[in-house]
This record gives sequence, structure tokens and C-alpha cells, in this order.
Amino acid sequence: MYVYDAIDQRMVDERVAQYRDQTRRYLAKQLTDDEFRPLRLQNGLYIQRHAPMLRVAVPYGMLNSRQLRKLADIARRYDRGYGHFSTRQNLQLNWPRLEQVPDILAELAGVQMHAIQTSGNCIRNITTDHFAGIAPDELVDPLVWCELLRQWAALHPEFAYLPRKFKIGVSGSPADRAATLIHDIGLQAQRSDDGAIGFRVLAGGGLGRTPILGQVVREFLPWQHLLTYLEAILRVYNRYGRRDNIWRARIKFLLRAKGLEAFRAEVEDEWHWSKDGPGTLTGAEVERVSRRFTRPVYRRLPDSGELHRQLAASRAFALWHERNVHAHRVSGYRAVTLSLKRRGVAPGDVSAAEMDAIADLAERYGCGEVRVSHEQNIVLADVAAARLHALWLEARALGLATPNVGLLTNIIACPGGDFCSLANARSIPIAADIQRRFEDLDYLFDIGELDLNISGCMNSCGHHHIGHIGILGVDKQGSEFYQVSIGGAQGAHAALGKVIGPAFSADEVGPAVECLIECYLARRDSDAERFIDTVRRIGLEPFKEHVYGKRRSQGTHRVRALATA
Amino acid sequence: MASVVRKGRIESERWQRLDEVRLAALCAGAEAPALAAESVVLIPLGLWLVQRARLACLALRSAVLLNAEDDPSPLLPHLGAVSRIAVHFARFADGRGYSLARVLRQRHGYRGELRAIGDVLRDQLFYLGRVGFDAFELRSDQDPHAGLAALADFSASYQGCSDQPAPLFRRRAA
Repeated sequence: MYVYDAIDQRMVDERVAQYRDQTRRYLAKQLTDDEFRPLRLQNGLYIQRHAPMLRVAVPYGMLNSRQLRKLADIARRYDRGYGHFSTRQNLQLNWPRLEQVPDILAELAGVQMHAIQTSGNCIRNITTDHFAGIAPDELVDPLVWCELLRQWAALHPEFAYLPRKFKIGVSGSPADRAATLIHDIGLQAQRSDDGAIGFRVLAGGGLGRTPILGQVVREFLPWQHLLTYLEAILRVYNRYGRRDNIWRARIKFLLRAKGLEAFRAEVEDEWHWSKDGPGTLTGAEVERVSRRFTRPVYRRLPDSGELHRQLAASRAFALWHERNVHAHRVSGYRAVTLSLKRRGVAPGDVSAAEMDAIADLAERYGCGEVRVSHEQNIVLADVAAARLHALWLEARALGLATPNVGLLTNIIACPGGDFCSLANARSIPIAADIQRRFEDLDYLFDIGELDLNISGCMNSCGHHHIGHIGILGVDKQGSEFYQVSIGGAQGAHAALGKVIGPAFSADEVGPAVECLIECYLARRDSDAERFIDTVRRIGLEPFKEHVYGKRRSQGTHRVRALATA
Repeated sequence: MASVVRKGRIESERWQRLDEVRLAALCAGAEAPALAAESVVLIPLGLWLVQRARLACLALRSAVLLNAEDDPSPLLPHLGAVSRIAVHFARFADGRGYSLARVLRQRHGYRGELRAIGDVLRDQLFYLGRVGFDAFELRSDQDPHAGLAALADFSASYQGCSDQPAPLFRRRAA
């Protein structure tokens, strides 16, 4: 966990003072709505359907127990006692009062947190792998690089009024758990043959209504040049990105319009003057930031024989162990996912009491740190294998031990029409209905690995394009309908899903998902073939036929004419 | 009352925009003496490129006017001879002028006055100052004292920029 120094602290304090004054002037009608909007957005404050929404930055998903307790405290005192973890690893509070936001920001600053640039047309929170620093398959620990990027991006004077939002994701592992292909800039840390660290730089990825995977603009960028090169990309985008149409304003459209070669040449030209200049990173700075991270002290632990006995003795524990316990680079340790996907609770929602309880678990079973995953779960990174069973018992008592990581009910969903004013349709009831249909653990485990993502609108906060099954809320003549796509994937083999056909009404979505699963179970060549593999092997047609054929035979095609997707 | 924040002080002299008719008259030599007494005259980049030889002969204080969408490349060879540039912000949320300023200052070494005009509000002044503007013609409803104070909203910054090319990490090490 990165620990602020005096200057880091002063900057967030000064930001609070600045925003307090801006809020005061807005309330005194010295700032118009239009003038205040970018100022509040750059402090994470949206005006939502029912109330403002405050998005608190969780830089690269890392929190310590003290910060988590403070979030619980804020949720209780300034909100309705809960928060929502988003797919960009941030925490959203759905009911703060606009005039109290400066006080909330001051509380956050007290625990080295902020809401800087969690919204608005600027560089957003940097995201990374939730197993950063502990994954056995990691080539480079991305955490230090994320913090260097956080500092560089924070209050960057040149890029506060970009054509549109700008998201950067960093991965240190070839498995790419940071979804770098769907970011405006994706950085894949690598080591060259001689061991030097560098980054493959991708640009122009993004979901939204025109989903596009990022393209490689530079195969290997030595780490020294990270900041100057990113500035060159941002500058080209800031100067030439479209500003006349917000649906064509992301960098992906500029890259597509110019073509990869021309874009790259322009970036190189812009980079030329700043390359090797004062913005070039130094070994001393990397070392300094690295030293400001607290690191767990690992002990030499035997891989516990007791664990094997416990696994053999309890099937429920074994199922949880199979899905929610992950390998650690240090022998004798594991990472554990506490699932925030339980029936009856919106995906990613967590109550203040749960936040306190999780903070407590983190201190007693980990090193006092938690990570927020882009799948909207909580990860305890450093748990001794011998203590997994005890942790499981406690997590289960808290309702945080649903053994579904990587399975169908680990649904990723945005807050949807229940909260968000942009949404066309609700996502939470759809998620609840699907979770209910697949509650049976034997069935759920038999289906195996499957990512199911739900977005309430084309802004795609639920990342539906990269779900093996993706569900998108659409508005059809004032009613909620849902488009279903299959074949999307995240990670190193990221792909965009394809729509299977006309949209479904809310109560048809669950049955449609059941049909897709029936078709998969009937067509898979073995238990080892995952849903996504079957889709890739046999294509969309058999799934379409099964879903729509069945629906026709049940006489429920009444909506088809309405819903031409 | 519209004011200008310039080099840490509040001044009153705003640069003048002329309509096309008066600009044409100016280039023909008809208006210069009268205008010269008044204030600096903004010459749009396109006109300046065509008329710069003639303008140089007039007893006139002028500034090159750039809009956010202007390509400054034809101006670059003459930068050393230019002492005043204004960048016009049609909307405060259009960020192109920020990169334009940085390119002029840091890439091309422009040393003259760089003035932000148009929709210039106190809440953008700190960043505008960092990217290289050294004068700010505030929108007429803005309080110039608040504008001056806004230039000190933050006492430190991480990134290097036109005002301080060395990022914090290089200064911290020193």
C-alpha cells in the first residue's frame, strides 16, 4: 500500500479547499450549472436520478483497513449505510448531499483518499490487476507503475478538458486481468530479453456504443519513457480528437479516422521533443515510490496438510476453495475473493457493517489490505493457507463466501435504471432473477466458467461486450428490453460478443439465459470445454436456434416485431 | 468590469478585436495612428500571415490571435519575431488551447506574452497558468482578485509543465 508523503497530503488537502470554495460559489449562484459541472465531475460528483452520486477513487483498487472503515463511516454518516464497488475499482456512494460533499472529501483526505478525476473528460482512475504484486504469473509488479501514473495524472494541467473521458489500465501479467484491451490506453508491462522493464502500449480500446479493442502503438516502451510517451498520445488526442459529437469523441475514433500508422507517426513526432527531457522517469524516483509502499512480511510457511484434511472433510469448503481461493507467488499463501455477488444484493453493493467486517478480516487474516476487483468483488491478498478454513467460516457467516468466482452468478453489473439517470433499463432485477435461476451449486459448477455481464445502457459500465454472455438494457418505445450477446471475452484473448437476435422483455431474459446454457450443455464436447469455447467452436447459430426456436414454440414471440435489435 | 490578470498583477488593458472592415482599413494604413494610442490589436492568424510585412511597418501594437482549431505551424518560423499571442477560448471546457500553449512554449520555445481570452474563468486559471499562459483576460463577470488568488490554488504539482519543466520528482531529488 502506498503511503502519502507531506506533499501528496498537501495536494489532496488543497483540492478539498478548492472544491469547498467551488461548491460554496455554486450554492451562492455565482457559478452556473454549466460552469460547475466539469468542476464537480472532476471531483467525482454526478447528479443522478434520485440524488447526487459521489465516486470515490480507489487508486488501482488498493485500500487499507483504515480507509475501508472510513468509507463505512462516511456511508453511515453521509449516505444510507452502503456503497457500490464499480467495474473501475472505485466506490460509489448513491445518496450524498451536494452541500456535504466537501466535508466527505475532507474525511477522505484524512485517510489519504480523494475523488480526484473519477469522472469528467480527464484522465480517470488508473486500474490494474487485482492480484498485482502477488500473482505467480506476473512478469512485472504493476503497483509502483500505477502509483507513478496516478501522480502524473493527478491534477494534470494540460489534460483536464479532453474531448472525452480517458481510461488507463495496467497489467503485469500475460493473463491480462486488467482488461487493457478495452482502455483508451492499455499498458502491458513486460521484460525484455535482458530483463529490462518496459510496456507494450495499446491505444483506442473502449466499450460504449462502438466497442473496439485497443491496437498496439508501441511494442516495447522502456519504462523511462512512460510518462513522456503517454503525454504525447494524450496531446495528439487533446488537439485532434473530435469535440463536435460526444459519441465520436473517444480516442478510439481518432485512431480509427487517422489509421494506426498515421496515428503512431503523429505520436512519435509529438514525443520527439519531450523524449529524454525532464519528464523522463529516473531510477531514483521509481525507487522512492517503491519504498513508500508498505509490503507484507511473508513468513516461511509449510503448505498445510491440515488444509487437505479440511478440504476432504467439507464439500462446501472445497467448492469455495476451488472458486474463491487463488494462487500466490509466495509459498504457503493464497489470495481470497470475498464475493459481493449474493442473491438479493445488487452486484458490487456492500453495507457499512460489511465494510467494517471486511476491514476486520483483512487485519486478522491478511496484512490489513484489500483490493477491489474490476469484477466488483473484494480480494484479500495475503492469507496463510493454514487459515483459509477459519476465514471461510467467518466469511460464510457474513454472507461473503458465495463460491462463484468465475461462474455464471458472479454477475458484473452497473447500478442500472434503479439509480443511474443514463440507463435505459434496470440491471439489478435482471441480475437477481438470473442468480435465482442458477442458485443450485451442483448445476452452477457443472456449467463451469462463465462471465455474465449486464449494462443498463450503451455506456457499457457493466462491460457487457466482453461477457461470455452479455446483456444490454435498451429502450423500446418507452419499455425496458434487453439485447443478449454471446462470445465476448476479457483477458489476453479479449473479444467482443455478438448479438444473438431480437431483444427480450425483462421477464424473458432469465429464460433466454437458461436456453443458452441448455444449448451449451447439450453441445459441449466435454466437461472441460467452457461455454465460451463452445461458442467459438460452433458459432452463434445453434444458440440462436435454441433460444428463438424455443421461444416461438412457447408462443412468446410477440415482442419480436417490436424489438428489432 | 473586465480585467486582466498579468504577471501577478491586475491590469485593465484588454486587447482589441476588430471586425473585418476595420481590419482591412488597418492593413490599408488608414486606422493605425488612432488605434495605436488605444491598445494592442488582435490580428487573426490567417490575416497576420498574409499581412505581417505591412503590419510591421505600421506604428501599431499587435498580437496574433489563435483559435483552438488553428494549426499554428505556419506561425512557427516567425515565433522569434512575435511578442504577443492570444489564444481564444470559445468555451472554457474546450481543452485544445491548453495543448496549444504547451506546444508553443515548450516545443517551440515561444517567449513572448501568451494571453488567454474569451471564456476565461477563475476556476481554470491555475491550469492555464501552468501550461504557459502569463496573462488572462477574464470574462467580464469574473472577479479579478479571485482570479489572481486562483493562480495559487495549489502549492505544488507533480508534473513538469511550461511554468516549471522539471516534474516534482526531479526537484525533490535536488
